[in-house]
Amino acid sequence: MQDFAYHRPRSIADAVSLRRSAADGSYLAGGMTLIPTLKQRLAAPSDLVDLGALGELAGVRLESGMMTIGAMTRHAVVAASQDARRAIPALAALAGQIGDAQVRNRGTIGGSVANSDPAADYPAAVIALGATIRTDRREIAADGYFRGLFETALEPGELIREIAFPVPARAAYRKFRHPASRYAVAGVFVADFGGSRVRVGVTGAGPCAFRWSALEHALSSALDPAAANGAPLDHGRFNSDLAASAEFRAQLVRVMAKRALESLSG
Amino acid sequence: MNAMIGQPVRRREDVRFITGRGRYTDDISLAGQGYAAFARSPYARARIVSIDTTGAKTTPGVVGVFTGADLTAAGIGALPCGWLVKSTDGSDMKVAPRPPLAATQVNFVGEPYAIVVGETLAAARAGVDALEADFEELEASANLASAMEGVQIHDGIERNLSFHWALGDAAAVDAAFARAKHLTTLTFANNRLIPNAIEPRACVAAYDAASDEITLYTTSQNPHLERLILAAFVGLAPEHKLRVVSPDVGGGFGSKIFVYPEETAAAWAARALNRPVKWTAERSESFLSDAHGRDHLTTAELALDDAGTFLGLRVRTRANLGAYLSTFGSSVPTYLYGTLLAGQYCTPAIHVEVDGVYTNTAPVDAYRGAGRPEATYVIERIVETAARELGVDPAELRRRNFIQPDQFPYETPVALVYDTGDYQQSLERAQKLADVAGFPARRAAAAAKGLRRGLGYSCYIEACGLAPSQLAISLGAGVGLYESGEIRVNPTGSVTVFTGSHSHGQGHETTFAQVVAGKFGIPIEQVEVVHGDTGRVEFGLGTYGSRSLAVGGSALVKSADKIIEKGRRISGHLMETAPDQVDFEDGVYKARGTNRRMTFGEVALAAYVPANFPEGLEPGLSEKTFYDPKNFTYPAGAHIAEVEVDPETGVVKVVAFTAVDDFGTVINPMIVEGQVHGGVAQGIGQALLELGAYDESGQLVTGSFMDYAMPRADDLPSFSVDTTVTPCTHNPLGAKGCGEAGAIGAPAAVMNAVTDALGVKDVAMPASPERVWRALRGA
Ligand SMILES: Cc1cc2nc3c(=O)[nH]c(=O)nc-3n(C[C@H](O)[C@H](O)[C@H](O)COP(=O)(O)OP(=O)(O)OC[C@H]3O[C@@H](n4cnc5c(N)ncnc54)[C@H](O)[C@@H]3O)c2cc1C
Repeated sequence: MQDFAYHRPRSIADAVSLRRSAADGSYLAGGMTLIPTLKQRLAAPSDLVDLGALGELAGVRLESGMMTIGAMTRHAVVAASQDARRAIPALAALAGQIGDAQVRNRGTIGGSVANSDPAADYPAAVIALGATIRTDRREIAADGYFRGLFETALEPGELIREIAFPVPARAAYRKFRHPASRYAVAGVFVADFGGSRVRVGVTGAGPCAFRWSALEHALSSALDPAAANGAPLDHGRFNSDLAASAEFRAQLVRVMAKRALESLSG
Repeated sequence: MNAMIGQPVRRREDVRFITGRGRYTDDISLAGQGYAAFARSPYARARIVSIDTTGAKTTPGVVGVFTGADLTAAGIGALPCGWLVKSTDGSDMKVAPRPPLAATQVNFVGEPYAIVVGETLAAARAGVDALEADFEELEASANLASAMEGVQIHDGIERNLSFHWALGDAAAVDAAFARAKHLTTLTFANNRLIPNAIEPRACVAAYDAASDEITLYTTSQNPHLERLILAAFVGLAPEHKLRVVSPDVGGGFGSKIFVYPEETAAAWAARALNRPVKWTAERSESFLSDAHGRDHLTTAELALDDAGTFLGLRVRTRANLGAYLSTFGSSVPTYLYGTLLAGQYCTPAIHVEVDGVYTNTAPVDAYRGAGRPEATYVIERIVETAARELGVDPAELRRRNFIQPDQFPYETPVALVYDTGDYQQSLERAQKLADVAGFPARRAAAAAKGLRRGLGYSCYIEACGLAPSQLAISLGAGVGLYESGEIRVNPTGSVTVFTGSHSHGQGHETTFAQVVAGKFGIPIEQVEVVHGDTGRVEFGLGTYGSRSLAVGGSALVKSADKIIEKGRRISGHLMETAPDQVDFEDGVYKARGTNRRMTFGEVALAAYVPANFPEGLEPGLSEKTFYDPKNFTYPAGAHIAEVEVDPETGVVKVVAFTAVDDFGTVINPMIVEGQVHGGVAQGIGQALLELGAYDESGQLVTGSFMDYAMPRADDLPSFSVDTTVTPCTHNPLGAKGCGEAGAIGAPAAVMNAVTDALGVKDVAMPASPERVWRALRGA
């Protein structure tokens, strides 16, 4: 790890300005992703702006059909949140399946969504629920947010404040865990908003999370889990690694989607 | 006789381990120590054009920078391989010298080429970053399958072949195959594993200028061997000027048997700098530089007659040695593998040929089981496959071919003489425990849920208790394989035991204390076990190959017997009774036919305060033994795995695992059960999860726990374990060894179950979801 200047601002405004004035700064949330990259010296930022003291960034709020989760809310907090478990139990369950207990007690939703790891879980929910990412400067819709491998619509220094999830009628998440890391090799989040409005978010399979529109279309006529077997799914740009080839990932996406849909109807 | 034998005494060492008071190498810090970091090759194969150390030397806080050239100039030699294997043409294996720090060429990713010592670890690492090494990257041979046809790695070693070794009677096998009615053939890989002990390798070395002595604290399974090799072969220091201490060691699984570059370079640097030097591997360094395990490509053919009797077995193996021969790298795929290919069966003709092949990968050496898991996998996979092809129940086919209890001692066609065993008994016990009879119903119930259920056997045998020294040396071993055991009875009657075995998780401080306390009839609290220090223990060959109790424990029994005998003379003298009229029972010497008696403690005191002592007897009560076993021991058993496969995702779940093992006499059943659990977990890991993978260019693809899947608790079922006992016939404890059985037996059982579930002939290990899914689609 290289030396860096450490800051622990007390306000969002200070955080953003510290980050802006740094030569090569980085926000620090739970550190579960960032610290290992520092240790391996894959990154060597000049300044770390720790968001840990910004109490206003943490917490789960439920109001008028919207569940809002502050960027600094730990996975374990979402998993245990009564509001989350009542309003969107699939989202609470998703949080409870991230990594291991240590990771869940440190890692944050803001860090996860900012990072856009292709195998992260939250992005599937962000996509499927059509969430809104609220930053220090604007609101970004889920559909345009994830841009590619570790790439998002965030501008340099832009700070995620919170993420607002519309509450669906029902939802489910199914994840195929990587045998070693336990990240998602394929994860599918389905959200049913009623009136044949179903959204499907897929993570793990491609360079970043995406909507499986062809399946959504098939489901709009009938909410039949078997639709996942046949809906067009192009795995041409899917990830391929030791854990799963692109072709096998496509199979897993179908199976996870089918099982998520089955648990919806079941 | 020995009341402590068979008692599930709680592990005494665990109190310090689980309360954070263990003393591991990294816990040891010496005044003024510097910290070492290593510069490691980013290439699988490259010529070192030049290394400019200027930047490193001027990095703030750096106190020393040394390269391979420095070590060579100081006369530090190559790290030797301790077992000379000969090729079929009579020539010696070809050894590529392995300098502790590469000087002219690097041959695997992670090979160290420089050591930097800093006031702090950060300074040392900054120094490594400031090194300017100019490499000329060369084409690599990183793939075992093509390495013999690939680019030549080392000068003078054509086809990258170190040895072509064979064992058995080829003509007899050919004749058997000519007579055969049925032939079963299998070709498969035994996957490369990365050991991953929880404690990474570490060392702290100190030089004492006054005595010219080096003390090396290091994570070793055999500190005396480490000292011997560093003194006699590497030339680090004369043996009497080198002390090697291996304190608490957090797991080894074989990977800490070997002498590695890092502790060699660190110890040398400590003297060069005249200050202590400490190094602790990071996990990613462990992945790259610990000796890996297994990695074979094998074709096996089994010839059978009409009745399913085995006639002959032919095995061809290509074994990956890695870039260099590690300390025992040559013995593992030869003598620890080929000699086991008879398994539990009366196969009359066996022939095995092994090509030991260099590749541009980390050296491969013993890993829990070492050769025997590979052998068991060959036999038990092909036997199960033959049974399926013949339509015979796999247990029945085994039964027909088992060596029968009245055939012992049984000489195999591959150079071993099994002393005792009862294979039928363990198989039957395992079948009952596993409720094999109820399997069809369980399979049907799984099918109703859309799952495929399978059952697989593995009836393994292993040769443990390495080894009769003369035999081992005649086969190429560079050292004897006896063990030393010394017992000092203190004047107050407490006992200090010095063993050359080493405990790195096995619980010797409990088991050995049980043996000795039971012998003397004293409370176990009165026995202290000392191991892992060449300055305290006379000599030792360390712990591996499940040898500690059978060899090291036997040495202690012999020493205890000598002490008891001496006590008989002392007490007889004091009780005015002839020694042969003195009985020793439950810690008390009794003059037969009288009420005169002396406790063990009283005799101890008398030995050190010899006011009235037998004529000609030396005072004191301390004895030692070098115990050299007459034969190997042959633990064996039957493992049964039951798996459920999700055909849509290819996920294999081990739903039940039964192990019935014959370890001979069991001293502490709780510790034995723990050893079986750990071994089975590693065996299941090999079957389903673990793969050390290099890409074609020789980069390690699975270099962290993000990619290398170790088995976790939720990957495993609750094991059902039991033992049968046929005591070893040639050591005083009757013990055979239990440390590796799980890792040896489990992979074949699991893979037999997986292939049974899928209805396919073979799936490669690890049976990953994708492989299983593809196997099903192909079926
Ligand atoms: C062993 C292990 C297992 C894991 N398993 C899983 C898993 O199964 N599923 C899964 O989804 N994840 C998994 N993770 C990742 C984990 O969920 C982390 O929480 C996540 O990677 C990042 O969150 P963090 O709070 O730790 O962010 P940090 O590591 O602190 O930061 C990550 C990046 O996001 C930026 N950032 C952080 N907060 C903000 C913000 N509010 N606004 C803008 N930028 C910000 C940082 O600057 C940095 O670039 C695992 C991690 C580990 C170490």
